[in-house]
Amino acid sequence: MFAFILSRIVQSVPVMLAVALIAFVLFSFVGDPIATMLGQEFTPEQRDALVAALGLDQSIPVQFIRFVGNALRGEFGLSYRLSRPVADLIVERAPATLELAFCASLVALAVGVPMGVYTGLYRRSWISRAFLTFSLIGVSLPTFLIGILLILVFSVWLSWLPSFGRGDTVQLGWWSTGLLTASGLKALVLPSITLGLFQLTLIMRLVRSEMLEVLRSDYVKFARARGLRDRSIHFGHALRNTLVPVITIVGLQLGSIIAFSIVTETVFQWPGMGLLFIQSVSSADIPVMAAYLLLIAAIFVTINLLVDLLYYAVDPRLRAGRGH
Amino acid sequence: MAALLEVRDLVVEFPTRRGTLRALDRVSFDIAPGEVLGVVGESGAGKSMTGAAIIGLLEPPGRVAGGSISLRGQRIDNLPPREMRKIRGKRIGAIFQDPLTTLNPLYTVGRQLTETMRTHLGIDAAEARRRAIGWLEMVGIPAASERIDAYPHQFSGGMRQRVVIALALCAEPEMVVADEPTTALDVSIQAQVIALLKRLTREKGTSVMLITHDMGVIAETADRVAVMYAGRVAEIGPVRSVVKAAAHPYSAGLMASIPPLTHKVDHLPQIDGAMPRLNAIPTGCAYNPRCPHVFDRCRVERPELIDAPETKAACWLFDSHAPRERSHV
Repeated sequence: MFAFILSRIVQSVPVMLAVALIAFVLFSFVGDPIATMLGQEFTPEQRDALVAALGLDQSIPVQFIRFVGNALRGEFGLSYRLSRPVADLIVERAPATLELAFCASLVALAVGVPMGVYTGLYRRSWISRAFLTFSLIGVSLPTFLIGILLILVFSVWLSWLPSFGRGDTVQLGWWSTGLLTASGLKALVLPSITLGLFQLTLIMRLVRSEMLEVLRSDYVKFARARGLRDRSIHFGHALRNTLVPVITIVGLQLGSIIAFSIVTETVFQWPGMGLLFIQSVSSADIPVMAAYLLLIAAIFVTINLLVDLLYYAVDPRLRAGRGH
Repeated sequence: MAALLEVRDLVVEFPTRRGTLRALDRVSFDIAPGEVLGVVGESGAGKSMTGAAIIGLLEPPGRVAGGSISLRGQRIDNLPPREMRKIRGKRIGAIFQDPLTTLNPLYTVGRQLTETMRTHLGIDAAEARRRAIGWLEMVGIPAASERIDAYPHQFSGGMRQRVVIALALCAEPEMVVADEPTTALDVSIQAQVIALLKRLTREKGTSVMLITHDMGVIAETADRVAVMYAGRVAEIGPVRSVVKAAAHPYSAGLMASIPPLTHKVDHLPQIDGAMPRLNAIPTGCAYNPRCPHVFDRCRVERPELIDAPETKAACWLFDSHAPRERSHV
């Protein structure tokens, strides 16, 4: 087990290095940081001093190694736009995005899995048909449109829920949470649904097709032949066997929920990393973009590792070395 | 002795877009307590379908469209699903063909045994576990008290089928439907598994409906044998009589095609043609296009099971009231 985790971590090193290289290359190809930082008028001396201070006079490989070294210590330099350390900006913004992603995944799982099971079990019922039609909408409507529609209905027409921002937050150490206040929770509802809807329908369709597959299997037939109760067949034998592919997709989707919350955060002016990123893109704030890129890669690598560990928990056939 | 299981004129139909297919057409037979009834026939003859109908697990849209199935005099073919579930496993066990796929890969064999017993016998977890170890020992799993926590993939095919047998018998049912229990197994394992099934069911007095196309298994194990053809019972009788002196021309042809072990033959006799598809069963006797003894009546009127010398056969050759000569124009 330990060896497995170690080998996965070692495997992820080249991935992270490749992403780091891309992030590093951003600096050289997207704009000139010197020109950006010095503005319109500067003397050659000022320029040389800044080049030396930033280490840009050194060879490219040395610069890259320094970049990786700094990144490992969490130092990504100063934001061009806000003139604050990038790490601070990210730490400040991360809780908002992570809480949003967590709630969106929770919505997607808590609604998607039962809907998938139901539509798998009662294929012909009209409720299943309604769910499937609804899921088609969820899959095909673009996220921003869903967000705007929700705002129109629940904020503008009904005035039930806020249309932007996080509401009141409570500071727990460096973590600012919106989960502890009523306005924070209310503010989470619409963005979570917007962000989670696509995942929800995806999970529902996946669980449904896996359920249909598993319900046809011999071991489910045999479980019926043994006279087990429907509940234990459907939610024990069948659902558990659908979990491996579902975990894979959910894991990957959780990564993309975090990475691509950009659209949702923009629509709802959610003060998270996605909004930070999109603002940085529009002002060519390379250090922030590079840090964001690396962070997302790290999140994906971590989630994949967790997914692999979950496989082990779910499927005994993968637990090698314990067999006889 | 009164029959344990009575199947009377059982009809199973599949509604399809192109009309209704009749998969079983008035199948009748009895199984006595403690008896082993072998059911043989070609693929598609309706052997497995009969077994599925008995345990109430026909694949939809298949349904029992006529006739009756009774267990100790109680109709079970029209029970609500909730009641039928209590009979499955508890009173009628089932063994399926492929032990590699019939066990849930994610549950230990112990869990699968204990959940079956706890569902039907109302015993607590500790008692169920104790009995599960006992069952694993009984079916010949070595080191049962350790292996109970092993997963199916940690067993070989033969061992898995032993576990399946334990699962089918653990709630002590009155009968077991064994659908091709050895077909998927290695030849060297088949005999062991059949011997185990035979021994355990004899000890417990369990009746067995043994579905197979292996005449060797039938000859060794069954008390009586039913030969099925195109969704009907062609002949039924004591296993010796059917093997040695089959009355129905189809069973006779089937038995003749078993290779003899005593001398060498160049060609095995074979029955010309093939079993008709369900949507093209001829009127009269379903076997008439292939039958060497066919006469006019066979093409018009369907024969019921008639007393033949040692068995009952669905064949007009044995109709004493209307001898062949008279109807033969």
